[in-house]
Amino acid sequence: MATKSIAGVNVEVNEEGYMTDASQWTKEIATEIAKEEGIEITDKHFEVIDYIREKVASGEGLTIRGINKSGVVDAKTFYQLFPGAPLKKATKIAGVPKPVSCI
Amino acid sequence: MENEKKHPLKKILLICSKANLEDVYAALVMANGAVMEGIEAKLFFTFFGLDAITSKRMNKLHTSTVGNPGMRMPGGMPFPTMLGGLPGVESGVTAMMKKEMERLDMPPVDEFLELIEAGGGEIYACKLAADMFKLTKEDMHPAVKDIITVGDLYAMCDGEGTQIVFT
Repeated sequence: MATKSIAGVNVEVNEEGYMTDASQWTKEIATEIAKEEGIEITDKHFEVIDYIREKVASGEGLTIRGINKSGVVDAKTFYQLFPGAPLKKATKIAGVPKPVSCI
Repeated sequence: MENEKKHPLKKILLICSKANLEDVYAALVMANGAVMEGIEAKLFFTFFGLDAITSKRMNKLHTSTVGNPGMRMPGGMPFPTMLGGLPGVESGVTAMMKKEMERLDMPPVDEFLELIEAGGGEIYACKLAADMFKLTKEDMHPAVKDIITVGDLYAMCDGEGTQIVFT
């Protein structure tokens, strides 16, 4: 466990840089983490991030299938918004734990 | 071995040659997992594996209940091979498997292929096997990019950090 200064706030992160206290999350922090991941954040990104935060808060698992069916974004756009490792990057930016599912 | 340099996987080619539900899903889960990690993935279906990309067969795959020593009865007792051959047993076991898979949010085969394609994964059919089973691209799911030869497949293996997995 470590503390990292993101957007002028000291936030708790794990060794992979995922925030460990979702309540510390702000849009400014998200923008900053996105920048570190090479993503210029847009309103569309925030729509997806809001969906992810809601899902995680309600205790549901995240899968690419679920995202595709969310009505917020389809799988193809999701890959375009968060290129490389989409679910890993999106959860990191959303300030929630890295998903543990294989799908 | 402190100085051992790591070479992360960059590209994976998965070959699926069987039509058993579990063999097909092994290839699909691995391909989807790869694209989700940002690893370039290509899926090559050959022989009976072609069932997994043939439109009218892909969502009707079965688990084999004979010659499968890993099969268990509900509760964990070994599943007698003789029982597996009885009419309806294979369908029943397959239905049970599919129910469990659905519970884990594992998509049906066609949807899984579409998700892999959405992530930039590429799906191919083996030319030799397609000729043998008299299948054309029209018989296959739209996510299938092309019917290719084994030579074409090997040509895709260029680049550092590429691996081929045969299931």
